[in-house]
Amino acid sequence: MKLIISNVSGVPIYEQIKQQVKSAILSGVLQEEEALPSLRTLAKDLKISVLTVTRAYTELEEEGFVKNVQGRGCFVMGRGSELIREQLICKVESGLSEAIDAAQMADLSPQELHHLLDILWEGKKNG
Amino acid sequence: MDNFLEVSNLSKSFPGFQLQNISFSLPKGYIMGLIGPNGSGKTTTIKLILNMLKRDHGEIKIMGLDNITDEIEAKANVGVVYDANCFCDEWTVAQAETAVSIFYKNWDKNRFSELLKRFHIAPTKKVKELSKGMQMKLMIACAFSYDAKLLILDEPTSGLDPVSRDELLKILSEYIEDGEHSVLFSTHITGDLERAADYITYINYGNLFFSGCKDEFVELFRIVKGGRDELTLNLSGKLIGIRSFSTGFEALIRSEDWKLFRHLDVEPATIDDIVVFTNQEGDRDE
Repeated sequence: MKLIISNVSGVPIYEQIKQQVKSAILSGVLQEEEALPSLRTLAKDLKISVLTVTRAYTELEEEGFVKNVQGRGCFVMGRGSELIREQLICKVESGLSEAIDAAQMADLSPQELHHLLDILWEGKKNG
Repeated sequence: MDNFLEVSNLSKSFPGFQLQNISFSLPKGYIMGLIGPNGSGKTTTIKLILNMLKRDHGEIKIMGLDNITDEIEAKANVGVVYDANCFCDEWTVAQAETAVSIFYKNWDKNRFSELLKRFHIAPTKKVKELSKGMQMKLMIACAFSYDAKLLILDEPTSGLDPVSRDELLKILSEYIEDGEHSVLFSTHITGDLERAADYITYINYGNLFFSGCKDEFVELFRIVKGGRDELTLNLSGKLIGIRSFSTGFEALIRSEDWKLFRHLDVEPATIDDIVVFTNQEGDRDE
């Protein structure tokens, strides 16, 4: 798994770790039952505080992505990817409803909105 | 015993300076940065911990042992790195080893020579011929050779170039990696601590300003930036410290006041920002 920390992104370091672990689980880079890097080793390697990594791992556990086993390490839970997928779908839904609000203000018809979505989708796909 | 170092209600008076009621504790397995501007009492605190100064009040426990009544036993667990060379200039590195090793029952000769190799220090070199970074590493090598559980460093990064500073941080984070060692580290170069330290103890002119998790410390404050005319009287009252210039201002606020300033630029604060701006306040109050 790749884990890198940006100093300029403005995102807190623990949050960066969480996001990267989550996407590694979602993309299958980290499999169920696989161990995350040891807390203290990761802190040493990334030159960050042990407490920062602890916080990231604890929150990942609270959100149901990983499981901490005392003295053995931190392991990926099953169903982790489903959980993230649910979260992502939530994000899509809230983004879309914002778009709908804006579309209504601009008097766009649902067809026009669909059309716009298709164009943007194609645009992203073609880079 | 979970705390490797416990300082409670520590006080010491000098003519013109008082260290007042300093309390903090450093758990096993973590790095604590002791910060504050020059003359704020960092070195005094460290000297009191090492019983190099006599305290007026308070209590200090090193791995559960009193630092005065159980001094010898307590210090067997402590390694110290001073801001300046603590060996005789004329000694060779090998002679420095002889001088230091007699004080420690569990001195590991092999470990010492391994560390010298790793740090690229020749045993035949004279101490005075070593660079500042090398002298620091020599002190660290000594501490590691008797497996000191608690490493105390007084301004270790001052006078070091960025490469040596980075190396030091690497050595320290390896040292605590097994969870069985702790580091207390005084510095005014807070950039070094920004990432590696777990805990921060901030002493400001003899008073304890904060002691706790570094992340919590940083999250207590925000930096706000804006034009001079955007700073109303009401908002000025919420500023902890401010720097204004012809085209705008930059100030430190408490995070809880963030909403009052949301029409301006609000950014996370660095440890340096906090130290700089909270010291302005000190000046204003005097």
